[in-house]
Amino acid sequence: MADVAALPGYEDATPDIVSAILEEAGKFASEVLAPLNWDGDQLGAKWTADGVTTPAGWKEAYQQFSESGWNSLAFDPTYGGQGMPGLLSAAVQEMWHSSNMAFGLCPLLTQGAVYAIESHASDELKQTYLEKMIAGTWTGTMNLTEPQAGSDLAAVRTSAEPAGDHYLIKGQKIYITYGDHDMTENTIHLVLARTPDAPAGVKGISLFIVPKFLVNADGTLGERNDARCVSIEHKLGIHASPTCVMSFGDNDGAIGYLVGEENRGLMYMFTMMNEARLAVGIEGYGIAEMAYQRALAFARDRKQGPVLLEKDSDVQGIVNHPDVRRMLMTMRSQIEAARVMAYDCAAAFDFAARHTDDEVRARFQRRGELLTPIVKGWSTEVGVDLCSLGVQIHGGMGFIEETGAAQHLRDSRITPIYEGTTGIQANDLLGRKTQYDGGKAVDELLEDMRATHEALAGSANPVAAKAKAALGDAIEMTASVSQKLVAEKNPVLAASAATDYLMMMGFTTGSWAMARIVLAADNTEDRAFGNLQCAIAGFYFDKIATHAKAHHLAIQNSASEYYELDQALL
Amino acid sequence: MKILVAVKRVLDYNVKARVNAEGTGIDLANVKMSMNPFDEIAVEEALRIKEAGKADEVIAVSMGVSQSQETIRTALAMGADRGILVETEEELQPLAVAKLLAAIAKREEPGLVIVGKQAIDDDSNQTGQMFAALMDWPQATFASEVEINGDKMKVTREVDGGLESIDVAMPALVTTDLRLNEPRYAKLPNIMKAKKKPLDTLTPAELEVDITSRLKVVKVEEPEQRKAGEIVGSVADLVDKLKNEAKVI
Repeated sequence: MADVAALPGYEDATPDIVSAILEEAGKFASEVLAPLNWDGDQLGAKWTADGVTTPAGWKEAYQQFSESGWNSLAFDPTYGGQGMPGLLSAAVQEMWHSSNMAFGLCPLLTQGAVYAIESHASDELKQTYLEKMIAGTWTGTMNLTEPQAGSDLAAVRTSAEPAGDHYLIKGQKIYITYGDHDMTENTIHLVLARTPDAPAGVKGISLFIVPKFLVNADGTLGERNDARCVSIEHKLGIHASPTCVMSFGDNDGAIGYLVGEENRGLMYMFTMMNEARLAVGIEGYGIAEMAYQRALAFARDRKQGPVLLEKDSDVQGIVNHPDVRRMLMTMRSQIEAARVMAYDCAAAFDFAARHTDDEVRARFQRRGELLTPIVKGWSTEVGVDLCSLGVQIHGGMGFIEETGAAQHLRDSRITPIYEGTTGIQANDLLGRKTQYDGGKAVDELLEDMRATHEALAGSANPVAAKAKAALGDAIEMTASVSQKLVAEKNPVLAASAATDYLMMMGFTTGSWAMARIVLAADNTEDRAFGNLQCAIAGFYFDKIATHAKAHHLAIQNSASEYYELDQALL
Repeated sequence: MKILVAVKRVLDYNVKARVNAEGTGIDLANVKMSMNPFDEIAVEEALRIKEAGKADEVIAVSMGVSQSQETIRTALAMGADRGILVETEEELQPLAVAKLLAAIAKREEPGLVIVGKQAIDDDSNQTGQMFAALMDWPQATFASEVEINGDKMKVTREVDGGLESIDVAMPALVTTDLRLNEPRYAKLPNIMKAKKKPLDTLTPAELEVDITSRLKVVKVEEPEQRKAGEIVGSVADLVDKLKNEAKVI
């Protein structure tokens, strides 16, 4: 954090301010958002022809959230943002998602829309929309998906007809998070659509701002736009977050304003995709953190049989059974590894945006882009498994909804799907982030891993030896497999190894994160905390890092014969 | 009118207190510290009075180690205008705090001083009353409602039998009870601004106050663990045990 705070523009991120912000965000998350989480799940968002209503208490909580300024944390001060680093925002966002993921999604989507407008829209559009969106007075949505255009956005059909200073949008969008709700006076949709003579495929897609209510020249709200939510989905989890089917232009056409230039919409979306994917990665371990805290409290309280650990303690709960400890440590150690990886990624983008040296900026941009699919893919896959362990620790009670453990599992299940499935992340990591640059970003990561490996030699900490061994393995596996895959010419083989590669990179980068935790623990004054961190890291090296070897072997074993089978035989 | 609010840095209310190894007090090494919850209520009340246009300035005062600055910053982030820290490494007992607060009140001449009815660490419930006596001011303790009318205040107090309503002339002292209000959450822009608000640091010597302890701590120990109960076979057994073991009848 100190290095990030030293970047120009982040001078306000001093330790006292940062800790005051974390403190107050924690208070807000645990006292305002967390108590709404269960009711939100049970009541869910409701659709009527007049619009979507959120569960009781949601609107008031959102008003308190935006009035407290939380929405504005990392945004541009020109438009009322507080201009704090993305690294701090990552830590704060985790709290929203841990305490109430269905709520946290609303500001997450607004953030995506704000970045898209901030980076690519004209000054006039920025003047009209940014201030209110940054304050959270208006929320934002991202309208990409159509029934036939999911992972493949080239198939987008929504049309945009020029009409003077604006366009008329017609078409249907699905899976639109917070596409309609009753928490704010206006909702600003960002919509991908095609202009009449646009080229086919991805090069013919443009991005438009379509407000729910049109905005008058003086900033007041005008007429209702021809954009409506026509139904909401019934989902496995995040029930309080309305997932809308949006219909644009059922009557005269929805008025939309072009962002940037025509036919560049998809490129604009991709510039903010990293941010959104990082945010979902944070959700992945954030929800697992909540599952862990709940499981730990239960395990301390629940007594079953004589315990093998801490026999004389006044805690005789199942937490003192070795197998329950194994599950709790499995959760805790991977959550901490995922958190470090997300912080690395967020900090990399802060450096990429603000560092004064071009080369340093470019290097950190590559680092952030390399880590993004790992954070998004690995942390969410692992997050679902950890939420499942949270249920397991509860035993039969975990399967009972009232306990609350099941909700975390159901809520977490969307995270490896939206903002690009794990398969998409794996292709991104292997194709765009590794093969495309000839393995340059991976080589740079390996350089930093080797530096940590050397630093471990100077540590007298008993866990450092384990860290050294595990990190040595991680470096060796990452180096050999990445070279092999960069050289792989058979696209079927590469594609079939991609997810194993992503998971292996998650576990090896996790080893690097844990090794740095061990080094940091050496310098911690609080010995009890330092020892705890070393124990968690030691567990990771012994029990979790081993998963990397399985994925490493699976990549070696990738062969095309399975894929030559006739699919009809499956 | 100025309002002076006293805020104390105490062990966070969520943290389980443990006696230190020497048995001389509570172990405060590496544990979370926060503003005393009754003092948060005091800050909130002062801010509401100011927002209602009945006060011009809210000053947050804390006493103790230099980290008490953080507690003052919390009050500033809630909306207080400036802070005063009386810095000392010495242990401060209620009488010393009351004298220091009185010294500051004489400098600042506030129309109203609001303090928590007690701090959750030592539960003394003495500072406010001692301060009022030292200043020879009216005191309205355990307040659950405060209404200011010109230079008079109507205060509803929580007493054993129910609620008592009293009129007091200002300047006066109020101590807060739990039901007075619900403290606000600090807003993000105010957290950032708090750093730029003035915070003066004084010492007991500068205020010419003798802070010598008048009480001596002999020993601090954990309360005795509750013993397991016992099911008795008959009424005769019960009477026997009450008479001969518990010796209560």
